[in-house]
Amino acid sequence: MSALQKMMGWIDDRFPLTATYKAHLSEYYAPKNFNFWYFFGSLALLVLVIQIVTGIFLTMNYKPDAELAFTSVEYIMRDVDWGWLIRYMHSTGASMFFVVVYLHMFRGLMYGSYRKPRELIWIFGVLIYLALMAEAFLGYLLPWGQMSFWGAQVIVNLFAAVPFIGEDLSVWIRGDYVISDATLNRFFAFHVIALPLVLIALVAVHLVALHEVGSNNPDGVEIKKKKDPVTHIPLDGIPFHPYYTVKDIVGVIVFLMVFSAILFFAPEMGGYFLEAANFVPADPLQTPAHIAPLWYFTPFYAILRAVPPLFGSQFPGVVAMGMSIVLMFFLPWLDRSKVKSIRYRGPIYKIMLALFIVSFVGLGYLGLLPSTPVATIFAQVFSVIYFLFFLLMPWYTSIDKTKPEPERVTG
Amino acid sequence: MKRLKNFLFLLAAAPVVAFASGASVHLDKAPVNLSDADSLQRGARVFVNYCLNCHSAGSMRYSRLQDLGLTEDQIKDNLMFAAEKPGEQMKIGMSKADAKAWFGANPPDLSVIARSRGADWLYTYLRGFYRDDTRATGWNNTVFDKVGMPHVMWSLQGEMVPVYKKDGEHDVIARLELVKPGSVTLAEYDAMVGDLVNYLVWMGEPAQLQRKQLGLIVLAFLAVFFVVAYYLKKEFWKDIH
Repeated sequence: MSALQKMMGWIDDRFPLTATYKAHLSEYYAPKNFNFWYFFGSLALLVLVIQIVTGIFLTMNYKPDAELAFTSVEYIMRDVDWGWLIRYMHSTGASMFFVVVYLHMFRGLMYGSYRKPRELIWIFGVLIYLALMAEAFLGYLLPWGQMSFWGAQVIVNLFAAVPFIGEDLSVWIRGDYVISDATLNRFFAFHVIALPLVLIALVAVHLVALHEVGSNNPDGVEIKKKKDPVTHIPLDGIPFHPYYTVKDIVGVIVFLMVFSAILFFAPEMGGYFLEAANFVPADPLQTPAHIAPLWYFTPFYAILRAVPPLFGSQFPGVVAMGMSIVLMFFLPWLDRSKVKSIRYRGPIYKIMLALFIVSFVGLGYLGLLPSTPVATIFAQVFSVIYFLFFLLMPWYTSIDKTKPEPERVTG
Repeated sequence: MKRLKNFLFLLAAAPVVAFASGASVHLDKAPVNLSDADSLQRGARVFVNYCLNCHSAGSMRYSRLQDLGLTEDQIKDNLMFAAEKPGEQMKIGMSKADAKAWFGANPPDLSVIARSRGADWLYTYLRGFYRDDTRATGWNNTVFDKVGMPHVMWSLQGEMVPVYKKDGEHDVIARLELVKPGSVTLAEYDAMVGDLVNYLVWMGEPAQLQRKQLGLIVLAFLAVFFVVAYYLKKEFWKDIH
């Protein structure tokens, strides 16, 4: 027995290292027919790591102080060695996190990855998405630019729309009557420690739940139903390591090329990743002409604005915005189709999904623009489609004419 | 196909929606060329002479001008009027309270002005001052109506007056006309402002040239790595059918 084997044996007697490695990598059997859409889970994990590592380094030089925050970011951009690189990695990473997560969620919608027995994976996923939105919102205040300040002002004011307790609630969140140094400090605390802990914990349970039931695949058939009679290994399963590790490396490189192209050549991404107005220090006395949240929030912002106020209160819009996310939790039980994957679904689901995506992208686009009567009508139509996709799902998925699923996965 | 059609419809509708959000002022294209070190050096000189009296650039250190090909002595002798050491930041003596009293508004710090306003806006703005006796300073601006800043470089450009044209109900400024020539020609003035804006763009992010160079190296590395990873994947997967 070699020294290495001896050491592994010593560890394994005390900690399930080999067993864990086998259960999650070398003997975790994933379907062999993953396609392009299956890269985004591992990429999301990669971006999480990028954000945490760059975030740690930013924290070393950033000052969470209303007087110093804006200048400290410029200090990082100019005087800290490689500070500009770390900062751009973090700002590009924030937007790319949402790109990757949206594509990951779309994959789930296409192939029915949320269906039984993966309901909890989906629910953990929606919770990750919620935590990520909170994390992004809190972090966006930290550069203390005009958009940081006024964006936070608008969002925190949404809580003020809650009847009766709204005003007190918003003061409780801000720690002040306006967004101020107190708000910046608490947002910083939440951004660098509280939310990251929640995110990491949620990602962990997302993966544990996934590895318990096994991955779905583009055909939406369970590979565990057909096992080798002797080895009990799924016939269509291949060990995650080395097959998907080497495959994901290719995905990681392509992703990093896109990431680098943005980071090094267009870090502002035409004002979508870093807004021009955020290069003006926060000024509580000067409201910008046009306040728009960052692009990844705009679909929900558009829903908020599409709902007309009731008795002068924005509350109905806030409720609609909240519901648009809450509905996602119920997806596993709203879908009554006999099949999981879009490959075997009927035309109705395909049309509904296409309309849903168009509405979501359309809302995202409209949320970037100032509100106009024409834009509001568009936003209302898109919002109705968004909600009908979920609310009518039990009906249209049960009447849709599906094709028979294959016994085994196809190519 | 259905999805494609929907997307096309959305794309077609997009400009209509965007246009409804309001007209914008026409901006001239700024001649930004960050590889032109001479232009950047000239711009830096204009900046410290004309801007850096009322405006600070508090995040910018004089010593960073070495990135433009200047030596520390050149910076000290020609560009540092308000600082002792090249490591100092471009601060000014005027207090915020005085500034507010004199101009009605604090002249903004210019460290990242090119990133918030954009090069074209700055280029048009600095060439857009005209005589307006209704203003306290005697100046107004085509892209920044009722601006608090006077025309600092008027002795160079000279005095411009607006020529109006009818646009529906209102008279709008069609162009500016020179009525009293300055010490340089309009073409020379435009070139000078071009240099200044070029400098402001550079100062907005002094690391940007280095950023693009590094980007090429990173992308080249990833391209090579991609080939290796691609064949590695192919080799591992050759038995999977």
